[in-house]
Amino acid sequence: MRDVIIIGSGPAGYTAGIYTARAGLKPLLIASSVEAGGELMKTTEVENYPGFPEGLQGPELMAHFQAQAERFGTEILMDDVVEVDLTGDVKIVKTGLGETFEAKTVILATGAAYRELGLPREKELSGRGVSWCATCDGFFFREKNIAVVGGGDSAMEEAGFLTRFGKKVTLIHRRDTFKASKIMVDRVLNNPKVEVVYNTEVVELLGDTNLTGLKLRNTVDGSESQLDVDGLFIAVGNDPRVWLVENQVELTAEKFIHVDGRSSKTSLPGVFACGDVIDPTYRQAITAAGSGCVAALDAEHYLNAH
Amino acid sequence: MAKDITAAEFEADVLTSSKPVLVDFWAEWCGPCRMVSPIVDQIGEEHGAKLDVVKLNVDNEPSIAMKYGITGIPALLVFKDGEVVKTIVGAKPKAALEADLAAFIN
Repeated sequence: MRDVIIIGSGPAGYTAGIYTARAGLKPLLIASSVEAGGELMKTTEVENYPGFPEGLQGPELMAHFQAQAERFGTEILMDDVVEVDLTGDVKIVKTGLGETFEAKTVILATGAAYRELGLPREKELSGRGVSWCATCDGFFFREKNIAVVGGGDSAMEEAGFLTRFGKKVTLIHRRDTFKASKIMVDRVLNNPKVEVVYNTEVVELLGDTNLTGLKLRNTVDGSESQLDVDGLFIAVGNDPRVWLVENQVELTAEKFIHVDGRSSKTSLPGVFACGDVIDPTYRQAITAAGSGCVAALDAEHYLNAH
Repeated sequence: MAKDITAAEFEADVLTSSKPVLVDFWAEWCGPCRMVSPIVDQIGEEHGAKLDVVKLNVDNEPSIAMKYGITGIPALLVFKDGEVVKTIVGAKPKAALEADLAAFIN
């Protein structure tokens, strides 16, 4: 039986790997088959991660995290966890390729998944003009009209990034103020290729086989309008990824994993959680990494005491 | 490893192939493409008798991507007798891809 299994490979998961590996616990980190590295794999320039004064690319930062975790002996498995039983003293973790692992402790660092708008045809038009990843798909919209929906940092980043490709980028936001940080908002507002449409939501996706436009509704007066676009990038936030454990550990009212105070302790002994899956507020790479460290230290203390 | 084909090879390797062909549209700068790439290679190795698997770099061959209306990658298209018969968008785990491709590999 293993001492520690870490589920997730974003900043929280890899940091938990670095700390538990340095503590000699030989952690197994199950990284996912196609989403290893987490959300930062979809970003470009990361300017606010301390220690890199010139900034670096998101995937490059995650390669550093992984290399540092491996340096101290973290075993990394590129597979998906499909089932867990965390209720007993022996925690059981099963993967998509059919392996079963047992451990004394489990650290949950499953992060958050992008949110959909919830419109009819959203899935059908995904890859046909509707996207959640500007760095993946912006390339296909050279000299086209693009819309971004959202009001947080990721919406600002996507809007700015997409101006490299698009003829024009329309940023659609349902309020009249942004949640994003000031530096990100200022960049977007000062970008001549971006037009901001406030107090507006997308109510319908138009187009036959590919997206050709959006039906918009003003959230103040209810008036409707149409916007011709070839691409829509959705950046309306994330939901904590809890489906693996939602019937086993206690969740908060907002469906994050509940942890005890400043610790990473979940409602189950020997089960710890960190990163975006416990954080409704900050959700930064650096706060996730800090929280991964907390989980590693909590797991280490638990193992020492049992 | 699945072969990276050029636009010039597309006709012979894909459109006029006697077997169904899975084409993985990808690019260097696409993180999810790099994740799914080794899985696509495995599918090619394990199911090569029934399905040919090739890759197409959209940076090098934008004309083919445009012709098939690709606006998001990774995009996995299955061609049979010169026609697109299946489109899978986004990186998925191996089991999910095999389920999507069941009609061509089982």
